[in-house]
Amino acid sequence: MKKLITLGLTAAMVASLTACGGGSGADATTAAAGGDSTTAAAGTGDATAAADNSGAGEAAGGTFKIGVIGPLTGPAAAYGIAVQNGADLAVKEINAAGGANGIMFEANAQDDEHDAQKSVNAYNTLKDWGAQAIVGSTTSDPCIAVAAETSNDNMFQITPSGSAVECVSPENVFRVCFADPDQGTASAVYIGENKLASKVAVIYDSSTTYSSGIREAFVKEAGNQGIEIVADEAFTADNATDFSVQLDKAKDAGAELVFLPIYYQEASVILKQAHDKDFAPVFFGCDGMDGILTVENFDTSLAEGLMLLTPFSTTEESSKAFTEDYVAAYGIEPNQFAADSYDAVYAIKAAVEKSGVTADMSYSDVCDALKGAMTEISIDGLTGAGMTWNATGEPDKAPKAVKIVNGVYEMQ
Amino acid sequence: MSFLSYLINGISLGSIYAIIALGYTMVYGIARMLNFAHGDIIMVGGFAIFTMVSTLGMAPMVGVVTAVAVCTILGVTIEFVAYRPLRGASSLAVLITAIGVSYLLQNLALLIFGSNARQFTSVVNIPSLKLADGRLSISGETMVTIAACIVIMIALTTFINKTKVGQAMLAVSEDKGAAALMGINVNRTIAITFAIGSALAAVAGALLCSTYPSLTPYTGSMPGIKAFVAAVFGGIGSIPGALLGGIILGVVENLSKAYISSQLSDAIVFSLLIIILLVRPTGIMGKKINEKV
Repeated sequence: MKKLITLGLTAAMVASLTACGGGSGADATTAAAGGDSTTAAAGTGDATAAADNSGAGEAAGGTFKIGVIGPLTGPAAAYGIAVQNGADLAVKEINAAGGANGIMFEANAQDDEHDAQKSVNAYNTLKDWGAQAIVGSTTSDPCIAVAAETSNDNMFQITPSGSAVECVSPENVFRVCFADPDQGTASAVYIGENKLASKVAVIYDSSTTYSSGIREAFVKEAGNQGIEIVADEAFTADNATDFSVQLDKAKDAGAELVFLPIYYQEASVILKQAHDKDFAPVFFGCDGMDGILTVENFDTSLAEGLMLLTPFSTTEESSKAFTEDYVAAYGIEPNQFAADSYDAVYAIKAAVEKSGVTADMSYSDVCDALKGAMTEISIDGLTGAGMTWNATGEPDKAPKAVKIVNGVYEMQ
Repeated sequence: MSFLSYLINGISLGSIYAIIALGYTMVYGIARMLNFAHGDIIMVGGFAIFTMVSTLGMAPMVGVVTAVAVCTILGVTIEFVAYRPLRGASSLAVLITAIGVSYLLQNLALLIFGSNARQFTSVVNIPSLKLADGRLSISGETMVTIAACIVIMIALTTFINKTKVGQAMLAVSEDKGAAALMGINVNRTIAITFAIGSALAAVAGALLCSTYPSLTPYTGSMPGIKAFVAAVFGGIGSIPGALLGGIILGVVENLSKAYISSQLSDAIVFSLLIIILLVRPTGIMGKKINEKV
């Protein structure tokens, strides 16, 4: 009797899900996942997957499952939601265009709240769901934790934005963004070559791998570029609200530029406090600065003139179409993380086509095939033209700098 | 000049610690319990102001008054629901309950407001003061914080020494049983203590979030711990001790950030705590109590 009830309930559930997928289309459910309601995002991820599945099941090549991991809630939510949306948009485009060798893609995003432990939990959830490749984790520390797991399992992983060196140290892990030292070095070279400043202060978060990694490379390269580091100040996650001393020291040392290799959340507080102190140097950030214009109740005029090194800008000709589609689907402007994630899915598509992977292969076989194919593909992505990868998992592309003018990014 | 600037910022930070520490120290002095949920009441105050001012568009003062009301009611309710039934229980049980209340408040805030940080609009509208040709700039928030701390200290000391309720508080802190025999309503006195402590937490929340404009459900926890350290530092149970402990902590934290290392400032602050406690186990102004054998 019990079994009968269970069967009945399961049937009812399947029917309702299929009805949902067929009736309202995939757009409505995915838009909800990317919208304002962050708490609901993780839940709707599942619904999206189910909705997509009902359409994709008809394809001849079967369905290839991609697990997406990122902070959909919490202080770094702007990154995770962008990654979720970017992957979702890429999957929809690929499916609409007939898939990869006839294989349809399906994405399922799980929340990790920018926490290593929760990221591993999210990965296990996705593995149970049947993921054959992972796009994630979005942030560095969680990515390192997940990379250790995928390496054990031999699951193919490509992180859109995990920039710490260790993120790609296992051979099954690749990334779309630049590594931390590369960002630090590139920032120093950019500041030096464009003569932005000769006296530079650094304020970094010594409690994250991301921030200290960039800072280390920046300081090392600064000497070669004729940049004098006049103040080198740290803070930790526990002290991330009071920057008055760090800013005073930078101001007193006569810094013309303050380098902020940190996340946008702390940066928004720094900009506010610097403004209150009448301290107006050039502020220069890396990819973690991307998202600063989305902080709730933040006076975006404080970010005027802020420069950041990012491989993506919505104002570029090559990203126009993507930006329009993205805004139409999710109601907000895409940032670099959305572009990274979009490129990550297209990299998987290119590698799938190259290696001839089929949707019924186990994730371990998929991984063996994809990691060989990754070094042979070249894609013209949003975050760089002619991107290629080497066997260590690092991408090869040129960095670009943008400046915030009138509340929007402007290419330099 | 920069030294002065660091010092003033340190005193301002210390003043916030001192106002929070008052809540810890009064509750400890009278109820003999550590109210670890105190830091989270600050956060609730912050969100009350944010909701009133930034979401509903009220005047900042209305926001502060609402926050004080909300926190006072919350503090008394917590005392009534969670602590009063445990009056006779072991101090460990009460401590664990307090930690539980702290997590409850944090997670409720997570549920209601989500964990995205918000930029807090300052409730202080005073322009910053420029001295010495603009080389020394003191923000309006800093001046208001220091002034608020002084006013609160004077008011509280007068209240305790000059009013009947204040005297009742002193009596309860000396000996609960004897106070009850003298006709003092112990439960009511403890409830009033929680009300005052929580109202102060709301003020501290307004000042904290105005000076360091970032609001998350975890905003109160680190300042709460630092203020607890300040209370122990100055001698827990002592009101002037809370002021002294708070200011010393704030100044040491800022100066060590400025002159030693911005990475090590917390380590230095907590090492100082250990040293003080080794030399004076009851804190700087703490009373030495001889145990009767």
